[in-house]
Amino acid sequence: MARYLLKRLGQSIVLLIIVSMIGFFMLHLTPGGPLSQYALTPGMTQETIDRIAEQMGLNRPLPVQYLDWVWRLVQGDWGESYRDNQPVLSVIGRHLFATLLLMGSSTAISIGIGTWIGIRGATHRYSAFDYVATVGAMVALSIPTFWFGLVGIYIFSLELGWLPAGNMYEIGNGSFLDYLHHLIMPSVVLALVNIAIWSRYMRTATLDVINQDFVKTARAKGVSERRVLMKHVVGNALLPMITLAGMQLPNLLSGALVTETVFTWPGMGRLFLDSLGYNDYPVVMGLLMFSAILVLLGNLIADLISAAIDPRIRLS
Amino acid sequence: MTSNRITRRGTMQMMGLAGAAGLFAPNLLVSRALAAAPDAPTGQIIVGFSQEPTVFNPLMPRIEVDDGVQLSLFDALFRISPEGEFIPALAAEVPTIENGGLSEDGLEWRVKLRDDVKWHDGEPFTAEDVKFTLELVVDPNFRSWRTTGHDLVRDLTVVSPTEITWRMEEPFAPYMAILVETMMVPKHILGPEEDRNNAPFNQAPVGTGAFKWGSRTAGDHLELVANPDYFGEGPYIERLIYKYIPDLTVLYTQFKSGDIDIAGSQYITPDNYEEAKTLPGKVVEVVPSPTVESLFLNMERPQFKEKAVREALYAALDKQAIIDALYYGLPTPTESYLPQQSFFYNPDLPQHEFNIERANQILDEAGWTRGAGGIREKDGVRLSFTNSTTSGNHLREQAQQFIQQTFAEIGVEMTISNKPPAVMWGDYWTNSEFDTVIVGIVFTTGADADVTVRFHSGAIPAQDGAGSNTGQYQNEEVDKLLEQGTSTFVPEERKEIYHQLQKIIRDDLPLLPMFQYATVRGHKEGIMGIVPNINTRIDTWHAAAYYWDN
Repeated sequence: MARYLLKRLGQSIVLLIIVSMIGFFMLHLTPGGPLSQYALTPGMTQETIDRIAEQMGLNRPLPVQYLDWVWRLVQGDWGESYRDNQPVLSVIGRHLFATLLLMGSSTAISIGIGTWIGIRGATHRYSAFDYVATVGAMVALSIPTFWFGLVGIYIFSLELGWLPAGNMYEIGNGSFLDYLHHLIMPSVVLALVNIAIWSRYMRTATLDVINQDFVKTARAKGVSERRVLMKHVVGNALLPMITLAGMQLPNLLSGALVTETVFTWPGMGRLFLDSLGYNDYPVVMGLLMFSAILVLLGNLIADLISAAIDPRIRLS
Repeated sequence: MTSNRITRRGTMQMMGLAGAAGLFAPNLLVSRALAAAPDAPTGQIIVGFSQEPTVFNPLMPRIEVDDGVQLSLFDALFRISPEGEFIPALAAEVPTIENGGLSEDGLEWRVKLRDDVKWHDGEPFTAEDVKFTLELVVDPNFRSWRTTGHDLVRDLTVVSPTEITWRMEEPFAPYMAILVETMMVPKHILGPEEDRNNAPFNQAPVGTGAFKWGSRTAGDHLELVANPDYFGEGPYIERLIYKYIPDLTVLYTQFKSGDIDIAGSQYITPDNYEEAKTLPGKVVEVVPSPTVESLFLNMERPQFKEKAVREALYAALDKQAIIDALYYGLPTPTESYLPQQSFFYNPDLPQHEFNIERANQILDEAGWTRGAGGIREKDGVRLSFTNSTTSGNHLREQAQQFIQQTFAEIGVEMTISNKPPAVMWGDYWTNSEFDTVIVGIVFTTGADADVTVRFHSGAIPAQDGAGSNTGQYQNEEVDKLLEQGTSTFVPEERKEIYHQLQKIIRDDLPLLPMFQYATVRGHKEGIMGIVPNINTRIDTWHAAAYYWDN
């Protein structure tokens, strides 16, 4: 086990180095730079831009800049944002909270409802419920999230006035109930697509298991239908879902750009887009490394859990 | 053509109305008399911005929304009124030749300061702070936004806590306008800092302005609180909140839903104007902006060397169709690079006329004959070039297609090659790597009409010049007028020089002027004290005067 973990760790570090190199050079080789946003400022001259680039160390050779960045990173210094001089980790940290809140609640909703629909669809195959769920999933998957978002805002905020049109909390309030009130619409809108995905996967996984011999054996032994379903069917059908959930972890933290934009939710997706737009290299690189680590971690955790649950899998 | 005329007149009327509304709105000086501003600051106002303010040291490079916040926190020596008049702010009076503040040759400056100003931390503001600020701006270790003008200042001398003098290396009339945009920073806080580029002050600024720094939630909003000891008018509200809403559609939705009180920069999109006007409980008006949209030419390209070509292209540019079809008739067609509200604007420039026949005729007479594919050529040069702008700017992208079509009718091939913003306005723009560009530029420096950095032959970065003459325009007469303009201090005399300059540039056409932008601004009914000011970059230039009337 320890050897296995060590091996995975070694692989991960090599992968991270490759990712960081590709990311760093691609980012810096695109024309333009963090100062181009000032090019149209009245009275701005090329001279001034050159002077500031010099002060920021932007005109050093790229390999030097890369090594400098890596050296700092190894020492735990993720650098500072070009936009507001804040340490990259604290910038990420602040947006992470917003994203965790939104993605966490939306994932809870989608997994809960999605697995339930999936199981029920599989046990009541070709029933009216199954048809409605299948069609519903197709619709939810086909319609873009921003459309759901805008329609939701139109109905529930502008027409009915029940829910706020966006934002994470009302400025000056920020109580628990206030957060909850603001959380309802974005998390439900975001969950719609994921409910569809989870329900389809769960339905397929349940169908795979439901006709296997051990399930028939259990029934033959007179185990109650409810117990068969909960213990033997669902337990086994959830196994592939763990891998799926592990792969979802980075998504969970990278945020939902569209939903965050429509609902002015200050999360990671928007941070990434804003930082890219301003060529805020330190933050973009920070986000890249952060999500790369999460992908590796997510896969590792999924593997470990699968091994723990399924005795057929051996880690070596 | 007739229908176009009507629309144009309609637009002008709308602008007139907006101007009139400006006059009726409580003005800087008379608002107390007109409507009842509260005695103590009450309530809060949320301003929505579509870009995030992130720079709070007012001497560092900044974009419009940064200006918006800084103008609430800081003061400069002078302010500029909507009419283009200089008003003393931290200074006690505006130095002129008459009051002895300025020597005849414009070289000696003497500025008297107010004696009742305190920094937000209670320390008094003195001439030492002014000296410190003007020295910091030119400090080579400091990441300063602009050194133009400041680099001519010599012998800064603090005469007394309320008086400072200096000498200019050479006469430079635009310096007054530059001082309007140079906000004062506290010596007692920034002075002792080793590294002023990363000082804590830059994230928790201390100014003299109507509002004090409250808190910032990065990526979401920042909160300023009333400064009860403010020396000027206001503030009348307790809290001023700048809320970042990164999408203009969402900005408008939140304006509609009432989540924000003022739809700030970059305002309501023109396509929403018709609906916005009808919203209950909201005040929506069209306000001219100083940005001038033009088809910018790279004058070093062989295609554009000949004036006849530029004239023909201008004649084949259907401005009015673009304004009406794409911009809902809101912008005003223009012939000058200066905003039409500017003191220096020349209203007597020749009027553009969209005329394909005339354009063809000009090119025929100049000897440009149609060759392969109907594209005109002369001496081996084909009238074919690229046009670029920020990709994703849908209105500009559609305008390009309009222009492409009318140019094709005169045997000119224009191919579209758009780029993302960081690429577009990087080296591609500053090093003149483009053929033509569609761009909106504010040519003025505050209210000053000096355009040396844009049109002087010594300001071409691609030819090692210091400036932003990216069109590589060179004209000896223009150079001479620009130099005269900056060394003339009597406004009426400068006006004459700049009228002449606008005439030459209109005649020469290094850029094909299209229109002056107008923005659609909106706020909730009951907010008083909002006055548009074309001489500033942003609507919240004077948030100190905002208050709720209910």
